[in-house]
Amino acid sequence: MSIRISKSTILLDTKPSVLSYAAIVGKKEGEGPLARHFDVICDDTTLGEETWEKAESQMQRNAVSKALEKAKLSSADLELLFAGDLLNQCISSSYGLRDLQVPFYGLYGACSTMAESLGLISIFADNQLVTYGAAVTSSHFCTAERQFRQPLEYGGQRAPTAQWTVTGSGAVIVGQSNKPPYVKAVTIGKIVDLGVKDINNMGAAMAPAAADTIGTYLKDTKTNPGDYDLILTGDLGTVGSDLLIDLLKHDQIDISQVHNDCGKLIYDLESQDVHAGGSGCGCAASVLCAYILKRISEGVLKNVLFVATGALMSTTSFQQGESIPGIAHLVHLSDHK
Amino acid sequence: MNLTPNEYQEMTKKASPGTKSYKTIPMAFLIGGLICSFGQFLTNLYQELGMSLDIASAVTSVSLIFIAALLTGLNLYNKIAKFAGAGTLVPITGFSNSVVAPALEFKSEGYILGLGAKLFIISGPVIVYGITASAVYGLILYLFKLY
Repeated sequence: MSIRISKSTILLDTKPSVLSYAAIVGKKEGEGPLARHFDVICDDTTLGEETWEKAESQMQRNAVSKALEKAKLSSADLELLFAGDLLNQCISSSYGLRDLQVPFYGLYGACSTMAESLGLISIFADNQLVTYGAAVTSSHFCTAERQFRQPLEYGGQRAPTAQWTVTGSGAVIVGQSNKPPYVKAVTIGKIVDLGVKDINNMGAAMAPAAADTIGTYLKDTKTNPGDYDLILTGDLGTVGSDLLIDLLKHDQIDISQVHNDCGKLIYDLESQDVHAGGSGCGCAASVLCAYILKRISEGVLKNVLFVATGALMSTTSFQQGESIPGIAHLVHLSDHK
Repeated sequence: MNLTPNEYQEMTKKASPGTKSYKTIPMAFLIGGLICSFGQFLTNLYQELGMSLDIASAVTSVSLIFIAALLTGLNLYNKIAKFAGAGTLVPITGFSNSVVAPALEFKSEGYILGLGAKLFIISGPVIVYGITASAVYGLILYLFKLY
């Protein structure tokens, strides 16, 4: 049974395993440095659908199918599905997964949803409430742009601090096994808002939440950044990553040697013109499911803190002049029980 | 974290790179200027073809709007804008782009509630306040001419 050791941190007693994982991405991501790790690269980002929303739904469905296939399971074996995305009312998840006929909890944690869903399904698996469960999230550049920013063909320019929404989806199947990666602990993030109002600087808005969650986990488990091979944030980008390191230095925690960010890993920041890096639910999900989990399975990475970060505003709250609340959920992944 | 929002704002300012104005302003000047020169070329050409200045100016505007709409439809306008910045935004071509882009984008929600309702989602404020400002200007001009 899971053990709650503080207000925020839960240790998973049985250390559930990530049985399989799959990542599907778009063309631009497929041209990035992680290209060879993705399961599927869609050269046509419409995926043959009439609308971008349908394309994103399909990507999410394909990610789950691919992960099931890799675990040699079918959707009938799945007992619970946690899923989420960025679109209003999470339509990518509900339309993408409606045909699976699996008990479904839709989540909204903005770009933190991968850690949120992975954490939740691991807690269910740890308490023997499910034998096989799945977590999946997605984002699509073209659906996010039209909802949050401007039409694609408009010539207005992005700020240097703006990030590029990743077209991608990642899915994991979680259950009990003697094969790594194992999920050892989960820290549930708090909403943190230090008053950033610039919608073109999401990294800065989310960095305080990431700092809070990482600080809380290290304190709760009495460990140091040096105990981990990698502290991987979701989509802080270059600006948010620098701020995170500075924020934690204020609390005498130095993560500069072990920190990296999915938003920095997924694109070549020099040549792919993504300004401050990648973002979106699909950013953390696809990097985790393509690259990080594989490295843990191989034993190259031994202990990883996966900290997906989310900005919890909407276009309405932004236009009404509200600041951007951030959140970050943490999942401790390891190559040993 | 014992940081106040003000302290964090200072940190954010330091960490956030600014626009490279030394590059963007000359490019905007160059491409914006080129578009305007091309407009002047069209006006002269139309005059050569026998149109009066008034008609030639109007036909020039229509021509520029058409070319920008076509380039937007071909997904080229935003690629030029990447280099030109405000150079492609400010001339009449930018207005055309700002109407055609939402038309393409929101077509998937239907011709009435999608395309029709969202056609002026970017240029709407320019039209509203542009017309309002010209009405106010006209009123002031009228009052001045009375005395």
